[in-house]
Amino acid sequence: MKTLKVLGLLALVVLLGAFSSKFTSTDAGYGIGDTATDFSLKNVDGKMVSLSDFENAKGFLVIFTCNTCPYSVAYEDRINALDAKYKPLGVPVIAINPNNPEKKPGDSFAAMKTRAAEKGFTFPYLLDEGQKIYPQYGATRTPHVYLLEKTSNGNVVKYIGAIDDNSRDASEVEEKFVENAVDSMLAGKEIKTTTTRAIGCSIKV
Amino acid sequence: MKYLMFFGMLMLFITSGCNGKTKTDNKEKDAQPEYAEVQSELGDQVKFPIYDFESFEPLLYKEDDKTYIINFWATWCKPCIVELPYFEKVNVEQKNNNVEVILVSLDMPSMWKSKLEPFVEKKDLKSKVIILDDPKQNDWIPKVAEEWGGGIPATLIYNKDKRSFYEQGLTYEELNEELNKFIN
Repeated sequence: MKTLKVLGLLALVVLLGAFSSKFTSTDAGYGIGDTATDFSLKNVDGKMVSLSDFENAKGFLVIFTCNTCPYSVAYEDRINALDAKYKPLGVPVIAINPNNPEKKPGDSFAAMKTRAAEKGFTFPYLLDEGQKIYPQYGATRTPHVYLLEKTSNGNVVKYIGAIDDNSRDASEVEEKFVENAVDSMLAGKEIKTTTTRAIGCSIKV
Repeated sequence: MKYLMFFGMLMLFITSGCNGKTKTDNKEKDAQPEYAEVQSELGDQVKFPIYDFESFEPLLYKEDDKTYIINFWATWCKPCIVELPYFEKVNVEQKNNNVEVILVSLDMPSMWKSKLEPFVEKKDLKSKVIILDDPKQNDWIPKVAEEWGGGIPATLIYNKDKRSFYEQGLTYEELNEELNKFIN
């Protein structure tokens, strides 16, 4: 009788879980202050890249982006500019393509190589093979930025969101969310805006 | 002369559309070239109404007896294109149940003539198509739904009593299942 009760309870839990997870799959992932996982992903130059490779880094701009999303494309030059500005200051850009190339052939490893060469990416452009990393971060769209600060306790998430407040036109940007966040972090100041949102392409799994 | 009249009408249209914002005459004069440029960029021939968020927001809070299905999509968004036929189907099937589908395109201005119009024509979309053109996404996304991160496809279903938001693609069955919570 007792086992029956337990079984019934178990079934209920499973059922509830199934229902509640149906429309809440995007809730997972990091919040501000969480420690972000490191990874070892293949770069367009064929080498594996991990955050731990960057011994002198003070932090990282981990950007989930891809070849095919118009918003990602609109931000390519700005991502290059972020790397040019902040790599010398110890906060390099690490770009990760989270899309499944089988679902989105335009985001294949070969296509990534081509795009990186065309646009002269100065930063690693990694393929999230098997799509294991982006769900841990909780990225839901491209482009999606995670600013990490390297601390003795690991890489701590300091900012999540958009690069700036105007995806369409770089010249009309009024608020540079990422730059403000990195500047504050490097200055040891509080980051005023820690999360922002933007329209982006959903990640193809 | 014809061009001048057209321009004049445009200006009238623009200024009448800006009632909400209090501007001094002087400022408005300064802003003229900019507005004219924006307007010509928008193209007077785009077939769909163009909203900024301020003018769009009332469409999310209508208090009539209808149930509204507001679908956010774009021609470049593959999963959006996949689910469009379901919304089209529901729009026809549920008309008598007081349901209206509104397809809100988030295509960029450069795509309105080149992508959006041909797409709507080719697919012969019957649901109402409008354009939401407001670059201040971080400001308006949470006003559509607090939980929306900004990914599309995304759909809001609401009537005067309740509302639900889905940041995901929906199948025909899922759409009906969710809609039934509103109309039954």
